[in-house]
Amino acid sequence: MKIILKDATLLNPAQKLHEKKDLLIEDGIIRKVGELTDEDYEKSTVYDFAGKYCVPGLFDMHVHLREPGREDEETIETGSNAAAAGGFTEIACMPNTTPDIDSAEIVRYIKEKSKEHLVEVYPIAAATKKRQGEAISPMFELYGAGAVGFSDDGVTIKTAAVLKNALEYSKMFDAPIIEHCEDESLSSGAMNEGINSTILGLPPLPSVSEDIIVIRDILMAEYTGGKVHIAHISTKRAVELVRWAKKRNINVTAEATPHHFTLTDESLKTYDTNFKMNPPLRTAEDVEAIIEGLKDGTIDCIASDHAPHSIEEKEMEFIYAPNGIIGLETELGLALSELVHKKRITMEQIVEKLSINPRKILNLPVPQFKVGEKANLTVIDPDLIWTVDVSTFKSKSKNSPFDKKLLTGKAVAVINKRKMYYEDKFIDI
Amino acid sequence: MSLSSRHLLGLYGVPKEDIQLILDTATTFREVLERPIKKVPTLQGKTIVNLFYENSTRTRISFELAQKRLSADTVNFSTSTSSTKKGESFKDTVRNIEAMKVDMIVVRHQSAGIPYFLTRISKANIINAGDGLHEHPTQALLDMYSIREKFGTLKGLNICIVGDVAHSRVAMSNIFGLKTMGANVSVCGPSTMIPVGIEELGVKVCKNIDEAIKSNDVLNVLRIQLERDAGSRIPSVREYHNFYGITSERLEKNNKNILILHPGPINRGVELTSEVADGPYQIILDQVTNGVAVRMAVLYLLGTMN
Repeated sequence: MKIILKDATLLNPAQKLHEKKDLLIEDGIIRKVGELTDEDYEKSTVYDFAGKYCVPGLFDMHVHLREPGREDEETIETGSNAAAAGGFTEIACMPNTTPDIDSAEIVRYIKEKSKEHLVEVYPIAAATKKRQGEAISPMFELYGAGAVGFSDDGVTIKTAAVLKNALEYSKMFDAPIIEHCEDESLSSGAMNEGINSTILGLPPLPSVSEDIIVIRDILMAEYTGGKVHIAHISTKRAVELVRWAKKRNINVTAEATPHHFTLTDESLKTYDTNFKMNPPLRTAEDVEAIIEGLKDGTIDCIASDHAPHSIEEKEMEFIYAPNGIIGLETELGLALSELVHKKRITMEQIVEKLSINPRKILNLPVPQFKVGEKANLTVIDPDLIWTVDVSTFKSKSKNSPFDKKLLTGKAVAVINKRKMYYEDKFIDI
Repeated sequence: MSLSSRHLLGLYGVPKEDIQLILDTATTFREVLERPIKKVPTLQGKTIVNLFYENSTRTRISFELAQKRLSADTVNFSTSTSSTKKGESFKDTVRNIEAMKVDMIVVRHQSAGIPYFLTRISKANIINAGDGLHEHPTQALLDMYSIREKFGTLKGLNICIVGDVAHSRVAMSNIFGLKTMGANVSVCGPSTMIPVGIEELGVKVCKNIDEAIKSNDVLNVLRIQLERDAGSRIPSVREYHNFYGITSERLEKNNKNILILHPGPINRGVELTSEVADGPYQIILDQVTNGVAVRMAVLYLLGTMN
């Protein structure tokens, strides 16, 4: 089957490409980039994408799919559907499932399940056995089965000694250790410590809990030469520490979530548990520092930390409700609305942070708009105004704080693995 | 005159007029409590549930008496374990209770924000009787009532809250309410017990107890809640008492006109000596009596709104 993406602006900083050119895709392979003939148009299904960007397929490197174990909250399939609806062609899933992703069998199970779907799922395996922080996981075997990184996400790798071991070991295949940075001894709180936790009376979680682990991990990356990726960075100080580390050429990268660059702890005033996550929402100063970090390259990527929870789990006393919100279907819209339209970062930077950099960190190839390459792309309408409606979400869970929010910018089509997601449907191409 | 909200969730952001109205209404009910027959038919036919998820003796009894004296029908639901541990969610418990047609819910719970959650899942008037470390508005109202009774006003008074302010919902409600009423509020205690960012609320921090006694008209002395892990924030109860305990000597040396409040229950020999707890400076039992009148006022004002 032949399709043509007409009049879109091809934007791929990895190829230094920013040009309006038509794409001819046949059986999932790019056959022509520009210079299409009348015959091509006659023999193909033509999609008019005037005013839209065509970018290498978006990649979210921090997603919780809940399968195996909590299929009532999300499955590999529903999470992948949500990813496609949000504009992603590839995602990486975190290992805190039940059981944890700490064996080659589970890595293979996830790879197998995602095989037929448009969205490719790359498992992040546990860095330590059962994510207990006592001894490193069988990384060689996990890597061989298809894991692309290692993390104890949900918690920090417990001790510096185990972290040292993990970094030295994972160096052998250049896979990153992805760290959820939180000092366990300071982590009993439910919201950021500050004037708002004082007013709301919720147990505080101080920002220094994150900073202490960020600096520990940076120093350990320097010492071992291993590769650390800081997940969901949320504090001003942590951004400064990563900036400092990068200046010293320490092998450290970082990601930020849309909620940490759009919301502050002021949002907790109604005690809505859809604003409860870990790391918690911080202050306006932290939000500003994260946006600055995204702008100057200190923060390499945007990731959702998509964390589905059932309604009954979230509709609970605030201190007992679980942490986390879903994010795949609002991520791009929030990034475009809050960062691009407010002129904080450019469209090129969006593509770097949502497509190119996550792949570089995980050593995966960046899709190219070149003849003979597989079509793995996202079409973005940067000006489409839409209202978030969780009831229409493809995700099985609805725990989003952004319901009813007006956003500008949305993915209108994604193509990968000879499939296209367009107008709410998957089409074989 | 009526209140601006149909719930009492806390005192943060509650307008001065509302607080004034509650305190003035309480004065009327305070008089009822002195009558031989201490009962008025005001809330006859209203059903009130006291939903207590945390141990409480005095607050629950005070609310219950207030309800009975207003002729309301009252039901008590007390449990020290969270409903989630029992298998039924808080929401389901509330919905079941509400299905039995109740008009008001008085709630105490270990999770801050529970009264807000209740307003979303129930149609009843909600009264916060203490939620986590958030607020305990009726306690602050009765403290304010008791102070006003002594001084005739709250405006311009220097009032210091002493003790584990960071882990006290009583302290926070007092701070919010007193600031609204124009008092000069300060806090005094070890740094580990002073809430983060409290100065941003216009509250002064005083580290020295003698200074606090000297420069204030009222000390509201908090209970050191040993059951709430206060032990991890001070080296020992003995050290706390030596540096922050209120003794007769300290009061006589520094300020013989001071008024001492305590929300109870008292740890005698810790935050107050027995001599102070039973002595001439304190109005602790007046607070308890006034508590019933203030709660009657709140119940009456909310219960007759709709």
